[in-house]
Order: sequence, then C-alpha cells, then structure tokens
Amino acid sequence: MTPTRKKRLILISLVIMGVAVATAIFLTAFKDNIMFFKSPTEVSQNDYPENRSFRLGGMVKEGSLQRLENSLKIQFTVTDYGADVTVEYEGILPDLFREGQGVVTIGQMRSDNIFAAEEVLAKHDENYMPPEVADVLQTEVQQ
Amino acid sequence: MNKIVKFYHEMGSPPSFYRITGHWLKPLLILALLLTVYGLIDGLFFAPPDYQQGDSYRIMFVHVPAAWMSMFIYFIIGVSGIIAFVWRMKVAEAVMMASAPIGALFTALTLLTGMLWGKPMWGTYWDWDARMTSELILLFLYIGVMGIYSAYDDDPRKAARLAALVAIIGLINLPIIRYSVEWWTSIHQGASISIMGGNSGIKEWSMLRPLLVMALATKFYYLYSMLHRARSYLLRTEQNKSWVSKQFIEN
Repeated sequence: MTPTRKKRLILISLVIMGVAVATAIFLTAFKDNIMFFKSPTEVSQNDYPENRSFRLGGMVKEGSLQRLENSLKIQFTVTDYGADVTVEYEGILPDLFREGQGVVTIGQMRSDNIFAAEEVLAKHDENYMPPEVADVLQTEVQQ
Repeated sequence: MNKIVKFYHEMGSPPSFYRITGHWLKPLLILALLLTVYGLIDGLFFAPPDYQQGDSYRIMFVHVPAAWMSMFIYFIIGVSGIIAFVWRMKVAEAVMMASAPIGALFTALTLLTGMLWGKPMWGTYWDWDARMTSELILLFLYIGVMGIYSAYDDDPRKAARLAALVAIIGLINLPIIRYSVEWWTSIHQGASISIMGGNSGIKEWSMLRPLLVMALATKFYYLYSMLHRARSYLLRTEQNKSWVSKQFIEN
C-alpha cells in the first residue's frame, strides 16, 4: 500500500472511530431521557414525571379489561408481574390489543392513581405462526 | 487463483467492468422478476394466516425484505465509499452513486409499508421510537449522499469523494438500526429471523419460504438496477475516454 493510501485509510478509520465513540457517548447519556418510559413497578414507587405525559409499558393483566358503565371508557390493568397500574382509556383499541399481551400507553397519572391514557398502542412479539400451530401449542401448555 | 486475481483487476477497470456486467443484466432481471412473482403469489395466497394478525401480517413479505435491503445497500455504499475514498477507484464511485437511489427507494418502501401495518396493529401510523427514528435517519443519509454529490456537479470525482465521506460517517447508523429494538424499549418487535436459530420467530416453513424468496428477489433486482445505473454512470463520467467512443462506434 502506498503511503498516501495508508494515510487516507488511517484518516478514515479515525473518523469512523471518532463518530462511533461520540454516538455511543451521546446515546448512553440520553438513554433514559430519549423517552419517558416507565414500568408499573417504577410507577408504584412514584418514579414518574408529574403533570406531564409519559409512556407506561407492560402486559395487559388477564381478565382485567372492563367497560365502565354509562360511558365509552374502558379500564384495564397493566402489569409487569411486580406491580399493577390501572389504566383508563376512551377510544378505539388496536387489533392486537389482547389480555396477556404487551401494551404501550401514553398519558398522565391522575391524582386518584389511575393512569389516564390518551393513546394505547399494542406491542407485538416476533412470533408468527398459523392458527393451527398456535392451537397445538396452547393445548400442550394446558396439559 | 490467477483467474480470481484477473477477474478482480478486470472489475476494477471501467472498460472491462462495462463489458463484463453487460452480460449479466438480462439474467439478473429475469431472475428478479420470476422470484418476485413467485414470492408474492406464494406469500399472498399460499402462506397460512397468522394466529393473531390474520391476513394483515402478509405485508411483511414486502416490508421485511425491503428493510433488509435498505440496510444491505447502505452497507455496500459504505464499503464502496471507503474504497472510493482510500483507493480512488472509479468503479467503486460508480457502485456507490448507483446504489444510493435504490437504497433510498427501499427505505421509503420500508417506512411506508410499516406505517400501513402499524395503524391497524399497533394503533398508530408513526411512533418516535428507536427503530422507526433510526430508519428515518437512514433515509435522510441516502438523501444526504445524493445531495452532496449533486452539489458539486463541476467535478464528479471530487463530488464522489465527498459523498463517500458522508456515507462512511453514516455507517454508524446500521448497528443502531439493527440493535434498536434490544437497546431501547421499542414498540417494534424483535427480529423474527435469526441466523443463530433460537426458539422464537417464524418457525413455519410455508411462512418463511415466501419471505426468503422475496429477500432473494430484491437482491437480484438491486444487482440488476445497480449495475445498470453504474454502467451509465461510467459512460457519463468517462465520456471523453476512447473506450466510450469505441462502444458507440461498435454499436
């Protein structure tokens, strides 16, 4: 390799390393602040921003979904199997919203410790399978 | 061994690159078309529905291959950018600039199909989460590489070197896209296909098959389109060389 090419290669490697280190530092420093994302456990320990929106993520507790009487509101419980938070929401739920499935809700904590969600997003996992396979897996779990 | 070395040197020189790749275009296009038609029919009609998403999941047969291509093509651009910057190879410059619009197209397709799927499934078209934001940045990087290049239209070689620098710096975005769903709490699901295997993901062959066929089809389409564009790029930038005028006298 000629000296000029070597010099250019070293220069480029330094640029890549510099950018990589800068990006890594930036992302580590802002890791918690990029998104206000809280788990039910953190919320139960009062570790959440007050009077502003944040994201609450977890699983929808089995059997917790209910419609409130005389209104369009629905209530369900979001859990991380350590703590529970009751969420209230008015609107259309996404197709993948199921009990026992992951969910991300965006909203504020009310003074009565109910999370008032403005938006409810369903989180899907990476598993895809035909219904028959899912049925077989289901019966295997039950047996 | 000598043949490989000879081939390597031939591919590095614009006239023989132009001559050799000329024979590849037609087979690549035919393969791309056949595989796309087969993959789409297989994916849309023969693959079974998903146990939770029903038929909506079928957009994955376009979305996932497009997403793979958006990153694969950027990787090619980054590597040819390094070669163009360090070794000043004209063919590397051609490959880099020919790839950029194709990569941008696949990135836009990824974002679009993802949004169309996200509305019914997640409940929103767009969420500023790590995966989506980093993929959007990838689109801006493609546009940046093309923009820098066209800003220096008086000297294409200098323009290509500057574009290469932008492309190389942008390489850092690739691992961020790849691991965004693991490093941050993201609404986007993790990878369904992994070379290492594992217990989750897509295990059903009739679902996997159209996905892999489409992944191959997009690769062939990229090769066809990129070589086509790279050849015109070389003709344009080498227009004063004797090999270019010879091409037109022969034909």
